[in-house]
Amino acid sequence: MNTDPPPNRGRTAIDGAMALIAILLIVQIWLLSATLESYLAGHREAALPGVIISAVIFAACLGLYRFVDRIDSDVRRG
Amino acid sequence: MSWFRKPSSTPLWRDEFSIHTAEERYVNRRQFTKFLTLTSFGMLVGNAWIFAKAAFRHAPVYPRMAIAAADEIAIGGVKIFAYPTADDPCILVRTSDDSYVAYSQKCTHLSCAVYYEKKQRRLECPCHQGFFSIADGSVLQGPPQRALPRVALERKDGQLIAIRMEGDGA
Repeated sequence: MNTDPPPNRGRTAIDGAMALIAILLIVQIWLLSATLESYLAGHREAALPGVIISAVIFAACLGLYRFVDRIDSDVRRG
Repeated sequence: MSWFRKPSSTPLWRDEFSIHTAEERYVNRRQFTKFLTLTSFGMLVGNAWIFAKAAFRHAPVYPRMAIAAADEIAIGGVKIFAYPTADDPCILVRTSDDSYVAYSQKCTHLSCAVYYEKKQRRLECPCHQGFFSIADGSVLQGPPQRALPRVALERKDGQLIAIRMEGDGA
């Protein structure tokens, strides 16, 4: 069994990616609440831009997750 | 699969807790990132749901309904009525000799009943101190984010008739 601690390579990149995801999530939460308020106020035209921007943010989060996953795998392999 | 542990120089606790703290942190961060990404997907689903509701929403049909006689209410007086269904309380206010306005009585924050504050000439929600303009139902102060839905009125033969709701997206 390997008892050596894993190297810390990539940790900064992972922290950066997580911070970026957190910022994107805050923007997405705001977007969801603003779209809902707008819809309930009778402005249905805001729904389409809302879902498009939300999809772009989700795609960015997914890309960052895959990036974190890859870095993590690289670090584990050493 | 072995039911018994083979003799080993490694202590039992190391076999059972074989992940280093640093390594565990990597796993947790990856799982946490996955959780954040799933949260993002959940919010995308929410936005898609709003879009679907907006795209497939049929224009509501509002009935014409006599709600009061024009001279039934004193200046500054109010009358509570239900429109368009019995479950939609509304408030009618006579603001001047010849001016009437009506709004949904449900606060746009958390649906508490609003009432007319005659001195300040505004509608007030007592639950969280939300205030709405009596002129157009817009938010003056407090937690509500949306104006009160307005009841469009028509005056005919001394009767006030509700003809539709305006600004009601629900």
